[in-house]
Parts: sequence; structure tokens; C-alpha cells
Amino acid sequence: MSKIIKNLKQFSTSNDRFEGAHLLCPGCAHSIIVRELLNCTDDNLVIANATGCLEVCTAVYPHTSWDASWIHIGFENASTAATGAEAMYKALKNKGRLKDPDKPVKFVAFGGDGATYDIGFQFLSGAVERGHDFTYICLDNEVYANTGGQRSSSTPIGASTTTTPAGRVSYGNKKMKKDIVAIMASHGAPYVAQVAPNKWKDMVKKYQKALATEGPVFINAMSACTTEWKFPSNETIEVSDLATDSLVFPLYEIEDGHKLTITYRPRNIIPVRDYLGVQGRFKHLFKKENEYLIDEMQKTVNAKWELLQKREEAGV
Amino acid sequence: MEFLGWDQVEAGAVLPSFEKVSCDIVDLKQEDRDYAKTNSYTASVADWRVFKPVFNRDTCIDCQNCWVFCPDTAIISRDKKMVGIDYDHCKGCGICVEVCPTNQKSLLMFGENEDNDIALANWPEKTKKEK
Repeated sequence: MSKIIKNLKQFSTSNDRFEGAHLLCPGCAHSIIVRELLNCTDDNLVIANATGCLEVCTAVYPHTSWDASWIHIGFENASTAATGAEAMYKALKNKGRLKDPDKPVKFVAFGGDGATYDIGFQFLSGAVERGHDFTYICLDNEVYANTGGQRSSSTPIGASTTTTPAGRVSYGNKKMKKDIVAIMASHGAPYVAQVAPNKWKDMVKKYQKALATEGPVFINAMSACTTEWKFPSNETIEVSDLATDSLVFPLYEIEDGHKLTITYRPRNIIPVRDYLGVQGRFKHLFKKENEYLIDEMQKTVNAKWELLQKREEAGV
Repeated sequence: MEFLGWDQVEAGAVLPSFEKVSCDIVDLKQEDRDYAKTNSYTASVADWRVFKPVFNRDTCIDCQNCWVFCPDTAIISRDKKMVGIDYDHCKGCGICVEVCPTNQKSLLMFGENEDNDIALANWPEKTKKEK
């Protein structure tokens, strides 16, 4: 049974299952995303967590911040642990050895972008291919933030990171961001979506749909990182607003691998330049010799938005 | 429960969140729960703060924006009403102040050592919209 959430006031009566006093940076969007997942359902949850910021900061001995069954697993196999638990649950249910077989249990795996895009990718691909009933949530902060800001394959072009520093000869990361949503959708997963923390209602709706869907679900959640994106800690929501309104991070969902729906259309589309301007990792792009990159990025974003709209119209 | 040193902990340690195995925590409010000592609810990160948010009941419209966007579960909200700030868990990031929609804001940042009553007495006036 999923919880019915009509408005924010009603949502605020939820009893939190993600406790404070974890050690994530002040203003980290990870905990906003995780809190909303735990608040949007009343079902029991089994959570597997890949190594990353979320894992190291929420279970530092002697404290845990999770009021749900939670396991820390290696960098690559959060999806494997969640699907293994799910297979076990099914087997016990079939044998009639569960105490309370009617009570629904949901299986969720969390991973950062490093654990999802790079290290855990083949495990995730296998888990989705096997068709287990679980939800994988990627907390996409576009960098290996936990280990000091190395580039991952989610890092956008032009971003300065510790392994792709911008300077006299380089403009930062030279590779484009991998389109993980399209990759997961082409696995034929029944539900794939993108969410951002500033659109809480859209996020809750997608989470509830994801948990209700039978079969593997992949959700890519944008998580603004105050430390590595280099903006003040109180601007997390504003930066997320800029990302969704400039269409750098469009919000959409794909059902059954092909039916694409855009869930958020910004009223005023703002230029990509405004989004880049608030972040320290892009400040070198505003030098004269790098300005052409901003125009190129704007073109890429426009082309992507065009493509999404066409796909939505055609329904393929 | 005694806390162990790092070399005394067994590999594959389990940290219980509650004193007893509990399945109905969704129905229990935080203050009614039987937290174990290993739950981070019992810990405090108050020493992280340089600035603290102060809550003004008079201008609050209970929109709950601060509750939904607080990363640290530090906004206490009961029965659709904003109650206050949990100063044990607040890290002073300032997101709640930024998302507060009222004019004048119901939440403002003050220095950690400032007294809450003095801060409330000197609450700034409503700002006029520029035409």
C-alpha cells in the first residue's frame, strides 16, 4: 500500500526514518533525496548501500542514521546485494517461512555516480537484466566526492576536478557526460526516471511509482554537491532550480523502455550560462579563450531537449 | 552499552537502531521511539555550526518548505505545524532560510553565540517590493 500524499502539509506528518546527526556536509542534497524516499512510503524497506558519500557518512561507528534494514556493501555490488535479498525473500515466501507474508517489503539500492556509472555498472546491468523486483537510486553528484573530487564518467564537459584540473593548457574534463538513463531504458526496465531534489512533488510521485512497479527500476537523482561543485551550502536548492530550469538536467521518465514522458517543463527556460556561473568548478569557462565551450554546451542542451520532446510526441 | 575501540570491533558489526526489534516505527513519532544508543538521533552535530537559524512563530505560515528541504532532519514539524528547530542535529547550512517564502522571513541566520530572545526582539522589518 503506498501512502497518498496530496500536499506538503500532509507530507510533513510523515515520521522520519532517516535520522539527523549523520556526517554529510552541511547543505548536501543526498540526505534530501534519501529522506524523501523513506518518507514517501509506509512499507518496510531493505536497503543496500554502495560505498560512497552516503554510506561513509550515515554509518560511522558507533552511530547509524537508518531506521530501516540497511547494509553496507562494496563499491560495485549494491544492486547485487539488493537483488540477492529480494531473491531470498521470494524463496522464503514460496516455502511459507515468513512470519508476516502479507506485509509488503521493498528492496532499494543506493549508489553514487561512481558506483553506478563506472564501478558498479556491469552488476547493475546484470541485476536489471535478471528482472528482479527492486529499485536502484543513483545519487548523481557528477564527481567522486567522497575521495576528494576525481572525475567520473558522469562529470560534465568543462568541469574542473582534481584529476582533470583546469589551467593554462586544459579547460577541465574533456569527455561528455554518459547518458545513463537512456542506457538503463534500453535494458528494457519497466520504469526509468530522472529526479531532482528541488521538485519534491515530482520526486515523491516518481518514487511511489518506482516502488509500486514490479521489476527493476532505475532512478537517476541529481544531487548538488556544495564541496565539489563549489557553491555556498545554503544555495543547494537554488542550484538545483537552475539545473532543472536551464534543462541541463531535464526531468522525465521512460516506461517499458520506450514511452517517454517529460514531467517538468520550465516556464522560463534560462540560459546554461546562468547555471554554470554559480558554480566554482566552471569558473574558468568564463575566460575569453574558453567562452566557446559555453555556446557548445548550450547547443548540446538544446539538441537534447529537442530530442526528448520529439521522443515524447512520437512515443517511441 | 559500552562503545568499543576501533580494534575491538568484530568485522561485520551490526549497529541496532532501536532497543527492541520494531516493525511499526512508521507509526511512531520520533520522541516516542525507543532509540538505541547507536542511533545517530542520540548524537549531536551542534558543534559544526557557525551560524544558527532562529525561528519566528509570528510570521510563519506553516508551508513546510523548510521541513521538506532540510538535509539534517532538524526541522521539527508536528500535526502540520512548524514547531521549531532541533539544535542537536542542525549543521547551520542555511537552506531553510533560503526556501522560506514569507516576507519578512520566518527563519533567519544569526551567530551561534547570539541569544535567541534578543534575535527575535530585533527581527528585521518587512522589506518593501521595489517597483
